[in-house]
Amino acid sequence: MMNLTLKIWRQKNASDKGKMMDYALSDVSPDMSFLEMLDVLNQELIEKGEEPVAFDHDCREGICGTCSLYINGRAHGPETKITACQLHMRSFNDGDTIYIEPWRAKAFPVVKDLIVDRSAFDRIQQAGGFISVNTSGNTQDANAIPIEKEHADKAFDAATCIGCGACVASCKNSSAMLFVGAKVSQFALLPQGQVEATDRVLNMVKQMDEEGFGNCTNTGACEVECPKGISLENIARMNQEYLKASLKG
Amino acid sequence: MALDSKIPKGPLAEKWTNYKNEINLVNPANKRLIDVIIVGTGLAGGSAAATLAELGYNVKAFCFQDSPRRAHSIAAQGGINAAKNYQGDGDSTYRLFYDTVKGGDYRSREANVYRLAEVSTNIIDQCVAQGVPFAREYGGLLDNRSFGGVLVSRTFYAKGQTGQQLLLGAYSAMNRQIGRGKIKMYTRHEMLDVVIVDGKARGIIARNLVTGEIERHSAHAVVLGTGGYGNAFYLSTYAMGSNVTAAWKAHKRGAFFANPCYTQIHPTCIPVSGDHQSKLTLMSESLRNDGRIWVPKHIKDVEAIRNGTLKPTQLSEEDRDYYLERRYPAFGNLVPRDVASRAAKERCDAGYGVNKTGEAVYLDFSAAIERYGKEQAHVKGLDEDDSALVQKLGKEVIANKYGNLFQMYEKIVDQNPYETPMMIYPAVHYTMGGLWVDYNLMTTVPGLYAIGEANFSDHGANRLGASALMQGLADGYFVLPYTIGDYLAHDIRTGTIPTDSKEFDEAEKNVRNNIAKLINNKGTKSVDYFHKRLGKIMWNKCGMARNAKDLKSAITEIAQLREEFYKDVFVPGEENEYNEELAKAGRVADFLELGELFAKDALEREESAGGHFRDEYQTETGEALRRPEYQYVSAWEYKGQPSEAVHHKEALDYENIEVKERSYK
Repeated sequence: MMNLTLKIWRQKNASDKGKMMDYALSDVSPDMSFLEMLDVLNQELIEKGEEPVAFDHDCREGICGTCSLYINGRAHGPETKITACQLHMRSFNDGDTIYIEPWRAKAFPVVKDLIVDRSAFDRIQQAGGFISVNTSGNTQDANAIPIEKEHADKAFDAATCIGCGACVASCKNSSAMLFVGAKVSQFALLPQGQVEATDRVLNMVKQMDEEGFGNCTNTGACEVECPKGISLENIARMNQEYLKASLKG
Repeated sequence: MALDSKIPKGPLAEKWTNYKNEINLVNPANKRLIDVIIVGTGLAGGSAAATLAELGYNVKAFCFQDSPRRAHSIAAQGGINAAKNYQGDGDSTYRLFYDTVKGGDYRSREANVYRLAEVSTNIIDQCVAQGVPFAREYGGLLDNRSFGGVLVSRTFYAKGQTGQQLLLGAYSAMNRQIGRGKIKMYTRHEMLDVVIVDGKARGIIARNLVTGEIERHSAHAVVLGTGGYGNAFYLSTYAMGSNVTAAWKAHKRGAFFANPCYTQIHPTCIPVSGDHQSKLTLMSESLRNDGRIWVPKHIKDVEAIRNGTLKPTQLSEEDRDYYLERRYPAFGNLVPRDVASRAAKERCDAGYGVNKTGEAVYLDFSAAIERYGKEQAHVKGLDEDDSALVQKLGKEVIANKYGNLFQMYEKIVDQNPYETPMMIYPAVHYTMGGLWVDYNLMTTVPGLYAIGEANFSDHGANRLGASALMQGLADGYFVLPYTIGDYLAHDIRTGTIPTDSKEFDEAEKNVRNNIAKLINNKGTKSVDYFHKRLGKIMWNKCGMARNAKDLKSAITEIAQLREEFYKDVFVPGEENEYNEELAKAGRVADFLELGELFAKDALEREESAGGHFRDEYQTETGEALRRPEYQYVSAWEYKGQPSEAVHHKEALDYENIEVKERSYK
């Protein structure tokens, strides 16, 4: 069992200034997940008649992309290739002080405490993150176009992005290039995505810029902190697609 | 009120085609005059929203998550079934239909299931066209694997993230329509009531979860794709936010609730580790393609494993009991979920559980690693007797197939499943029961539809693996868009539904009262305190095995707990702000009503079928004993308290399939 000091960002709503608050938590089991540790803290706060800490979470198995904690200066905490909900307290030691903050980025305003608004990501997808095919039941047979396994696998790897925003939170410029690059790459690698390739990359990048995300300066922090291990290769592929599209347009 | 399932006449294989030829259509210009509300943006709700918007309807979509992409369909792992017969192993629409009806223990509706099997192939075509990156073979064609309860390979997959890829496909289709302005998306909104005007569903009351505002939204029809109610058990593989509230509010407004007791307890989940636990994690059924399930044969070995003096890898083959292979030689480790779960419970109840709590069995990949390793060595012309090499090559194959699942397991349990067998135990995973719907997917309230897991229709008493994704997308992409048109054809002259009517006033008042009651209660116990207690009652008395005595006591205990909840629950914060405890309190209040109806339904059903196992009704070998007099759907009508719910029956007729003992031996 561990005793911890938690320093947590509290902010009542988007217009509140917000500040770090200290909480002492004892009897934390190493088998708890990080979010379960926060559950325990919240139960204690509720019992004392205080307001629990608001944080985003849902599936608690690392796939929905909802959880978004900046723990001790790192997106999703000290381990690599996992989300905060998959982080377990065995990664910490008795007596530790843990800093817990929300994603910090201009394009992700704080909603409350540790919760941020990531709807900018949705708007980027709405600008072009799709293939324009209606649902008819008359599309061609799924095996009509064979796809090289290597391309299919790479498209899948890019498509595993969970849209959590760790890439943006980790980037000193708050750039969303890894997120956008992953979607552009997924479709660029598939024959179905070719028809709209030009418009897609131009529109998505335009929306990304409008949302206030910063530029990419190739530090690679996003790749290191991505819970799904999305590769920087996707940014390179997007740049290539963008160049191609710009020359065409 | 007599239940009319509205199944079209004619031969089974022609029903859907004939139906589509005969229904009313809405012309494209008129579709612009019609609004549809869709609650929930998982596979069912998301695909329905996209498709209806493509057709030209004005769609308003709602989800409680911060983005439609986060609905819990995202967590489905293993795959999606379709009768493509790409493997040439004898699959067909009829076989998929047959397997699903048999798998559901002859408690589903023939016509619905046949339609599901029929459209299954369209789903794969549609998803590939959308850019869903399914797994492929080296020749570039789609790969398949096998799931429980079937003898063919018809499951399409994208590693262990099939649900994610399919949902992102539906999400992208939605995004295209959001961009076009045909879908108005309301995220972080929770539906808290359905509004009925002149007997028809005409809108909803929703709460904006960020500001706390109560909003009125009107439409010509309302569709619920709000998932299942497994979180009544507190611990489950559902997302933390998954809830029954939308479906339950619909029930309270007149929609019958069907077969609430049919719950799927999935055999392969990571066991409970302690009281702090907030949820359980599934290990995909696909793992049973290669993993072998066992416990030690001898109690002395069980004890040695529990106290740490013996490692499972040290136990010889003859001292292991591969109990599924022993009991069900034909299907082995790939028996359906209900059968596998009960078999695990049987061994653990007999004292053979392998972890400290006595509630875990092994899922072992060593044989598969060896087999694949040898195969790879042979293919590559390397030494098949070099055991280190064989291990290395075998582990690579396993990593390629299930890598993310193995990683997930290691993160949670802190053990390496490539080196030592996984420990697993059954957990609540899916609910086959749900809102009663007819062939049109309409509930007993005109204009109110339920799709995907939220309805009851296709899986009977037990769902086969990889069929949930199939049903969600079938309902949303290929079924509802037709059936809802037939209804909306009568609404082309109606015009926008006003939200200033007395019905909207009454519904909003009802919602505000419920919220005020919770906020002003100022009791002493948290919402979770009550939810956990409900979960314990559900698991212990309405879980994998049920009996009349336990069910009766569950009914009393849940009713008492509900009373206590309203006396003593404490909800901190205010109603006009982001307040997760308030949202949770509303959901738990509904679970406390549903839980009682669940137990009542289980008590009424004096037979065992699929996921519903009654101790009193089993064969000599401990298998589920179905009784012909219970060959019906139970549909419950709300009358105030769950105890007063009125029982209606829809008889199930099997004209195209012989009802017989469901054997996997």
